[in-house]
Amino acid sequence: MKSLESTAKDLVLTIQEYSLFAGRAFTNLYRRPIYFSEFLVQADIIGVGSAAIVLLSGFFTGGVLALQSAATLSAFGATAVTGRFVSLSMIRELGPVLTGVMVSGRNASSMASELGSMVVTEQIDAMRALGVDPIRKLVTPRIFACISMLFFLTIVADFFGILGGAAVTVFMNGQNGTQYFSMAYENLHYPDILQGLVKPLFFGYIIASIGCFYGMRTAGGTQGVGRSTISAVVTSSVLIIFVDFLISQVMISLFPL
Amino acid sequence: MTDTPTSDILIQRPAPEAGAAPVVVFRNVTAAFDGPPVLDDISFSVGPGETRVLLGPAGVGKSVLLKLANGLLRPTNGAIELLGEDITHLSEQRLFSLRSRVGMVFQEGALFDSLTVRDNVGYQFIQERLPEEKIDRRVRKALRFVELEDTFSLFPSSLSGGMRRRVAIARALISQPELILYDSPTGGLDPVTSTTIIELIIKERDVYRTPSILVTHRLQDAFTLCTHRFDTVKGRMVALPKGETDPTTTFLMLEEGRLIFDGSLHELLNSTNPFVREFLE
Repeated sequence: MKSLESTAKDLVLTIQEYSLFAGRAFTNLYRRPIYFSEFLVQADIIGVGSAAIVLLSGFFTGGVLALQSAATLSAFGATAVTGRFVSLSMIRELGPVLTGVMVSGRNASSMASELGSMVVTEQIDAMRALGVDPIRKLVTPRIFACISMLFFLTIVADFFGILGGAAVTVFMNGQNGTQYFSMAYENLHYPDILQGLVKPLFFGYIIASIGCFYGMRTAGGTQGVGRSTISAVVTSSVLIIFVDFLISQVMISLFPL
Repeated sequence: MTDTPTSDILIQRPAPEAGAAPVVVFRNVTAAFDGPPVLDDISFSVGPGETRVLLGPAGVGKSVLLKLANGLLRPTNGAIELLGEDITHLSEQRLFSLRSRVGMVFQEGALFDSLTVRDNVGYQFIQERLPEEKIDRRVRKALRFVELEDTFSLFPSSLSGGMRRRVAIARALISQPELILYDSPTGGLDPVTSTTIIELIIKERDVYRTPSILVTHRLQDAFTLCTHRFDTVKGRMVALPKGETDPTTTFLMLEEGRLIFDGSLHELLNSTNPFVREFLE
């Protein structure tokens, strides 16, 4: 019973610390100094560095969607709507979520381990001792780089997902490519695109703020860095899926199907 | 190598700047982190031009005390003044500007491993966006002080442990701080390199007269600081005349989080406290 109580207290304390940390990192964008060069470096690491894995995972996810749906849809004589199925699934759900999870695995871990290593070697304390705010210098640029890059990476994943679906539809299922693309395009509405592009803004914030949060509260040497890295990836991945559910619910209620 | 001075023949050299406002003041400071206090009811002050050597075995709270002095940690109870300002409840934003007036040398150097020596030493100026030529000039001057000008373009990973500490000292000195905090600057170094570091600290003390707190558990370093001065003509440290000690260098000793000694080398050597006696022997 006592351990349940202390676990609950720890959880509440962690949420409180995270809220203060993430809030401070966000509001720093409106205060000087702004480290624009740091933003560009992080945008390159997150955006350009993750492009290949996002492109490949998007392409194959679109392909597997077309492959799996074709069998089911053919039972109803509806193989013509494969394009619609793939594009809607990719743009509304799988594009943002898959990109979020992939970038989380790659970048939340690297942020947690990089900042965690800086904490255990006292580099963060040294930065503070030199009069530089590590949240402003290290965390804020990462959060805004991650938000902006995840937005574009999601578009890349959506595009290559639809392309992957087309490749399977045309070359493996022997269907008409023009029909696939016209179905994919004609049944796509602004609320679908809005839903797909709002999500990465939240996911980017989750990935970077969680990665940096766990990195900055690292304790216990190199083992602590390992623990922070695991916590960052697990927490951000679960939060992405949870927030995806919440956003989908809100968007569906705002724009009924 | 220096000999441990004998207590009965010590004479203090005249102390400068008596009566001026202290640079650091601890008033009944207690610090605890999820458990029993790490520091308990600590009170002391550091005057202008004064060097306070903080002695004590490992794990006694010496580094915590140093971080409290710089506002990197917050006390649970008591009050801390830094450069005339009460920092006990000062916001982190206000502390940043105050800390930029204080130099700190961390235990392992804490150099930024992804930056060159130039960028490490000139870090503060780079953040302030000073002109590149001015940064280069100041960095070279600071590196010349620690006799490491050749390392200007190198990365910390290619430096030895002793060189890293010297670069860390250069980083702490570059902005001509009003206080320097040294956290075990000779910890884990061989005796020859330790002497080089102590010589640099003596040089800093005698050339710039910056007040400082130096944490160490090595008695020999503490005694060297007290019994030597920097000779600017010879360009190296020399022993003070036999029995003479530096009056600006005094001692503090911690035992299990409590301050058990505050005084001169003479008083330290004549202390009857059993822990002090055991530590000295």
